[in-house]
Amino acid sequence: MESAVLSPAPSAAVRRKPWLLHPAAKPLLFVLGLLPFAWLFYGAAANTLGANPAEALIRSTGDWTLRFLCITLAVTPLRIIAGQPALARFRRMLGLFAFFYVVLHFLAYAWLDMGLDLAVIARDIPKRPFALVGFLAFLLMIPLAATSFNRAIKALGAKRWQALHKSVYAIVLLGLLHFFWMKAAKNNFAEVAVYAAIIAVLLGWRAWHAWHGRRPAGPGSRHP
Amino acid sequence: MHYRPNRGFDHAVPSEITPRSIYERRRDLLKLMALGAGGAALSGWAARDAFAQAARPNKLGALPGTRSTVAGAITMEKLTAYNDVTSYNNYYEFGTDKADPARNAGSLKTRPWTVAVEGEVKKPKVYDLDELLKLAPMEERVYRLRCVEGWSMVIPWVGYSLSELIKRVEPTGNAKYVEFVTLADSKQMPYLGSRVLSWPYVEGLRMDEAMNPLALLAFGLYGEVLPNQNGAPVRLAVPWKYGFKSGKSIVKIRFTDKQPATSWNHAAAQEYGFYSNVNPNVDHPRWSQATERRIGEDGLFAKKRATLLFNGYEAQVGQLYAGMDLKKLF
Repeated sequence: MESAVLSPAPSAAVRRKPWLLHPAAKPLLFVLGLLPFAWLFYGAAANTLGANPAEALIRSTGDWTLRFLCITLAVTPLRIIAGQPALARFRRMLGLFAFFYVVLHFLAYAWLDMGLDLAVIARDIPKRPFALVGFLAFLLMIPLAATSFNRAIKALGAKRWQALHKSVYAIVLLGLLHFFWMKAAKNNFAEVAVYAAIIAVLLGWRAWHAWHGRRPAGPGSRHP
Repeated sequence: MHYRPNRGFDHAVPSEITPRSIYERRRDLLKLMALGAGGAALSGWAARDAFAQAARPNKLGALPGTRSTVAGAITMEKLTAYNDVTSYNNYYEFGTDKADPARNAGSLKTRPWTVAVEGEVKKPKVYDLDELLKLAPMEERVYRLRCVEGWSMVIPWVGYSLSELIKRVEPTGNAKYVEFVTLADSKQMPYLGSRVLSWPYVEGLRMDEAMNPLALLAFGLYGEVLPNQNGAPVRLAVPWKYGFKSGKSIVKIRFTDKQPATSWNHAAAQEYGFYSNVNPNVDHPRWSQATERRIGEDGLFAKKRATLLFNGYEAQVGQLYAGMDLKKLF
């Protein structure tokens, strides 16, 4: 205790969290990521989702898609700011959870709202700009999920893989626009503003970091 | 003003026809009743036509109504559960989320309450709520409610035809439309500051629509006074139009010679027309109106049900729109 007080404070780079490398960390995150799904599944089965459970399912799966996109995009800034390179281990799973929830979101819409009638869906999506934008974001997420395993990275080459996965920035902005447009029908922007602020910080930090990170002493070069 | 008298055969949809099995059982039951002992037990059943059907949830004050005899006023469809009717509402003055009104409308003070009836009438008057409650006999009417958003409910309202009130104030020859102004009091309504719509919320009907006996001035549902979130203490229920046409918590009824500037029409004229009759053939610009989800009834994976022209009240109100281009005058 005394020695800890007397010893000089360790630099951010040294103070790494060993639990991030714990073998149970990933399984734990996996279970956490499934909790919203379990809660919705239970709610649908036990009929506790309110008067319009279909609407509740469609909306919550959309909410969770946007949340996981934000969490995924927070990994890199957190990793660098907190000096925790081990955080990178979780990024793929978080991204795949975003994809999992967007698939559920689209399925819930297509099944519960459109009765899985492809002709009706094909007529409905272009009719509603907000649906079109959301659908586009969903389509853009497919190649990212499809190239999320190690062999795909090798096959594509790290450079091309990274260039492809940069489309996540477009995806999150399309997702935000989708949410904004949905809420615009009732001029209700309080929740949208929260997501917009989070996304602005996440993308703004990247722009700032890209500008400053080019210098040799940038924070990115500290952990080769 | 002409409408067909009720001859008992104005069934708009098959669901309003008594199923054959029940109809045939009637004879057996009547025979049983003739047996005396059985008769005593079944007299309640025999008299069921005279009394309200919906079981009271015992949440609010009783407001009984006799079973309406107006043509088309009682659908035999399954009632939407009281809990769903009172927890899934659009009442933006109390928040735009469906669950908001039930949470926030407790601040609405429904007594004392007055409704000013004015404009092109010979007998303008400010009615006290108690006067309105006694103005005409309360009837129970089971209406379908179709929201423009694509969901529907079946609600046992309590009230009387709006025409009862209109007749008493004697509209002048200039009265072509009726405007309904609803309460806008920021002290009672927390979301009045939101710029979703311009307040107060205003709706309107053409005179012949307002005089149609199905246009209901509603004071209650499920045999009790209206819960605040459903538009207490007095609201409109116009079952052949999308739900937003039926203003809640009405404070003024004004007769005019000009078509009223209604709130949703003012907010988005290309999306919400003045008439806003339920019509599966005229889509909302952003979604189809061909189908609807019946709240609390259709299973999660059930196909949505087909929406009916004039919400199934074509036999009662179709003649109001004869010769009108419903695609243009949506």
